[in-house]
Amino acid sequence: MGDLAAACAAGEAPLFHPNTGAEMGVEDRPLSVGAAAGLEPPRYCQLCGRRMKVQVRPMGWLAECSRHGELDSVLFDI
Amino acid sequence: MTPDILTRARETALDKGEGLTEPELLEILELDDTHLPELLDLAHQVRLRWCGEEVEIEGIISLKTGGCPEDCHFCSQSGLFESPVRAVQLDIAELVEAAKQTQKSGATEFCIVAAVKGPDERLMVQLEEAVAAVYAEVDIHVSVSVGILTREQVERLKAAGVKRYNHNLESARSFFPRVATTHTWDERHRTLEMIRDAGIEVCTGGILGMGETLAQRAEFAVQLAAFAPEEVPINFLDPRPGTPFANRPLIDAAEALKATAMLRLAMPKATLRFGGGRELTLGDLGVEKGLQGGANALIVGNYLTTLGRPMEKDVDMLEGLRIPIKAVGQVI
Repeated sequence: MGDLAAACAAGEAPLFHPNTGAEMGVEDRPLSVGAAAGLEPPRYCQLCGRRMKVQVRPMGWLAECSRHGELDSVLFDI
Repeated sequence: MTPDILTRARETALDKGEGLTEPELLEILELDDTHLPELLDLAHQVRLRWCGEEVEIEGIISLKTGGCPEDCHFCSQSGLFESPVRAVQLDIAELVEAAKQTQKSGATEFCIVAAVKGPDERLMVQLEEAVAAVYAEVDIHVSVSVGILTREQVERLKAAGVKRYNHNLESARSFFPRVATTHTWDERHRTLEMIRDAGIEVCTGGILGMGETLAQRAEFAVQLAAFAPEEVPINFLDPRPGTPFANRPLIDAAEALKATAMLRLAMPKATLRFGGGRELTLGDLGVEKGLQGGANALIVGNYLTTLGRPMEKDVDMLEGLRIPIKAVGQVI
């Protein structure tokens, strides 16, 4: 398990917002309507704020941070 | 009292199975909201009479995401905008797995999509392999959506067994220059003509709520109807961060339902499929009303870059409404 998946599995609070990439507690970027409704996969690594590669599948998604590894929606039982 | 336009719509669309004219469709869109229940009921009767009671469900998958050279203002996959979507490619094994998951939900259609202006040779070969791989393992119809095609590419897709080709006209011809500037509505139209000529089923629809007027919605409906498409995807703008339409407001549910019913009255015999944005614009209740107000198909599960409702929730909803799901053998 990569650092990102491990952090999510451990329930660690994000350092960066997964939908906007904003540093938590520092920046405040508005959420899109879709993100606010929970209809967005994560687009930014919550550990470093890098933009991730994300493959959306019919029943889930797979996100990959070049530094912190993969995060599969299966982890959230989505 | 029933408005005159609904009486005429009943005679034309319900009794004869013919689409309304552009001025009549505009009248439908301009009906007061108090007539919405009556309009939806008529659209539902038209659907039941000319399409049957079953609903068709479909899953979609992105084979190539992001990095598109086009500037469709609604799309987060354009490489020309500061969108959070990064380019990514799916391999064929993953694609076949996605088709299997989709088929388990009861879906009869699986659409493979790529974010391109049109396919290059590498993508064509990938598509041919992907279609063959899905057919080898999954009992499902395969549709493809890869943009503007040449005639030779159309023939290759037909030879590969592609049942239906999706290429949305997106909006009325008069509004399209405000949607994209890197290609024209007429280029899209030409691809659809080649698809039709080749005997592949035509799937073409668009997105409502991009700033078009009601008159342009009526115009769009007759332009779609002119193709007599087998399928018309109805999407509602989901404003994507970083795109030129990022700050456009959603249209309200009543307006969306009215537009759906209007499309049914324009195309009594087409499959009208709710697609992206339905969760935001219509919500659960609105989708139920829409399925009893003209629409007869759904994209289930996630979309290309955004998430939808879990498939099982939509299947449960259809069961709750006592709407049967069309089986593979029943799809024309």
